[in-house]
Amino acid sequence: MTATRRAWWRTGLGVVFTALMLFPVYWMVNVSFTRDQDMRKSPPYWFPVHGTLEGYRAVLEQQGPYLATSLVVGLGTVALTLAISAPAAYSLAKLRPRGGGVLSFMLLIAQMIPSVIMAMGFYAIYLSTGVLNTVPGLIVADSTLAVPFAVLIFTAFMSGIPEELMQAARVDGAGALRTFWSIVLPVSRNSIITVSLFAFLWAWSDFVFASTLDQGGDHQPITLGIYHYIGNNNQQWNAIMATAVVASIPAAVLLVVAQRYVAAGVTAGAVKD
Amino acid sequence: MRHPAQTPAPPDGERPRERVTATRAAIAHRAPARRRGTGQWAGWAFLAPVVVYLLAFYAYPLYRNIDLSLRDYTVRSFVRGDAPYTGLANYAKVVRDATFGPALWHTVVFTVASLAFQFAIGLALAVFFHRNFRLSATLRALFLVPWLLPLIVSSSTWSWMLNSESGVVNAVLAAVGIEPVNWLTSPDWSLWSVTIANIWIGIPFNLVVLYSGLQAIPSHIHEAAALDGATGWQRFWKVTFPLLRPVSAITLLLGLVYTLKVFDIIWIMTKGGPSDASTTLATWSYRLGFGTLLPSFGPGAAVGNLLILTALVFGLVYIRVQRRQGAA
Repeated sequence: MTATRRAWWRTGLGVVFTALMLFPVYWMVNVSFTRDQDMRKSPPYWFPVHGTLEGYRAVLEQQGPYLATSLVVGLGTVALTLAISAPAAYSLAKLRPRGGGVLSFMLLIAQMIPSVIMAMGFYAIYLSTGVLNTVPGLIVADSTLAVPFAVLIFTAFMSGIPEELMQAARVDGAGALRTFWSIVLPVSRNSIITVSLFAFLWAWSDFVFASTLDQGGDHQPITLGIYHYIGNNNQQWNAIMATAVVASIPAAVLLVVAQRYVAAGVTAGAVKD
Repeated sequence: MRHPAQTPAPPDGERPRERVTATRAAIAHRAPARRRGTGQWAGWAFLAPVVVYLLAFYAYPLYRNIDLSLRDYTVRSFVRGDAPYTGLANYAKVVRDATFGPALWHTVVFTVASLAFQFAIGLALAVFFHRNFRLSATLRALFLVPWLLPLIVSSSTWSWMLNSESGVVNAVLAAVGIEPVNWLTSPDWSLWSVTIANIWIGIPFNLVVLYSGLQAIPSHIHEAAALDGATGWQRFWKVTFPLLRPVSAITLLLGLVYTLKVFDIIWIMTKGGPSDASTTLATWSYRLGFGTLLPSFGPGAAVGNLLILTALVFGLVYIRVQRRQGAA
């Protein structure tokens, strides 16, 4: 009896904490529905009582190309990240060539380099090679946010694949490539999902590389869409916040679809960029 | 999530995601005997793409960055690539610059304040959620939202919430009779405003990692302490907190490396202003290189390299701590 009551007391407190924590998110949604004339009202409406879809109409009219670019950049980053990191992790986890430890160490270090600084180096290279302001250039730069993390995650997962499975494949005459493709990859499905989700989310959220390497590009991602919005018309906050809500959809989907993978990714020492 | 960040991954492929510890597994040499010959060749063949990738997209940009910092670049010589070599002149210039002292100080304040609050709040919440109760898993998942949102989304939301005239924060303050604060436009407050936003973003990370650390402490230790008559408060400070030290160290070090490079939040909310009141090394580096019409890439790269050095020092400390714990 007492135990149940205490548990409810905790749940109540937990709900209060969560509500406090998520208030900014609620506020973003609330403002996205607020009419222009109510925007400067003091005190503000706490609920979207005179809700409007003006903001979302503006998103539909103006932000479509930005969203499409972000989608392409996100998917491209996922593909590149998987292609580079999965084979590397298979080697580090199962083939274990000499010198692999040094490579793992390099990847750990690589993860710690601030992307503001990477951006400057990329800028110099892209400028002289003509890749500046292109989508492929942005994909490559964004993938640097995910590749070290991906290799480390994949290595951890693949180390867990039973050695008997590998031996069975070898007995059946499968070479390293065959084993990787037909055994290791299918078994690592969960880690592929985790890595893909994070790589997509990081590329989708990237602002540093977008604002430096794609500032003058014809195809700009949604983070720049929001940034231009803030700079150009700081009157239309409903449109800005509506764009922000739309830009948050991948994060929301990720949380709903893959909550446990997210927590695992965080604990794995993911350093968000 | 019963298996925390610091337990080595056991060798079973059933549910590996529950015990991912990327760093550990990457370092630990727990493998069966190495196969010589073909295994070596195949191993490096599979590693070739990532090696090329690291050289082309990490080492080369970093090299270019160092090169930038050692030359006297103008916009023209930047395009033509014939800037004269000036040694450490850019570094000397940057260190003597009037912005250097404040930027360094702001970086320290921003980092220390962020870490302290993120960690304290994250730990308190982790202890709170450690007692499983109805809805606790769902609520814990919702706490991840700030960490997952694109930084530009959270930063612009905070900008509007902290707006002097129409922000909801000042509206709440007015309701309890406090004068409105110019959060983003006053030099006294802008650094605190960006710090508050950064704390909010960092709490989920601290919560999740510390929570998994708490789960790793065997419950019988708590029961024994309770039997010995320790109160909840004593149990926390005498038992839980010391046992959590390794996880705490890792959380703080990772948080440090992450906080040092925070750029988006500050740039989007205040652009480092007003008059450099919230400029850190990261935003200063960006402003020098990209923020003006007349970019000074050399000094910008120099500031950036100083930042990398700092991050690497703490990064190496982190790896050392990780490894020592792995050996223990």
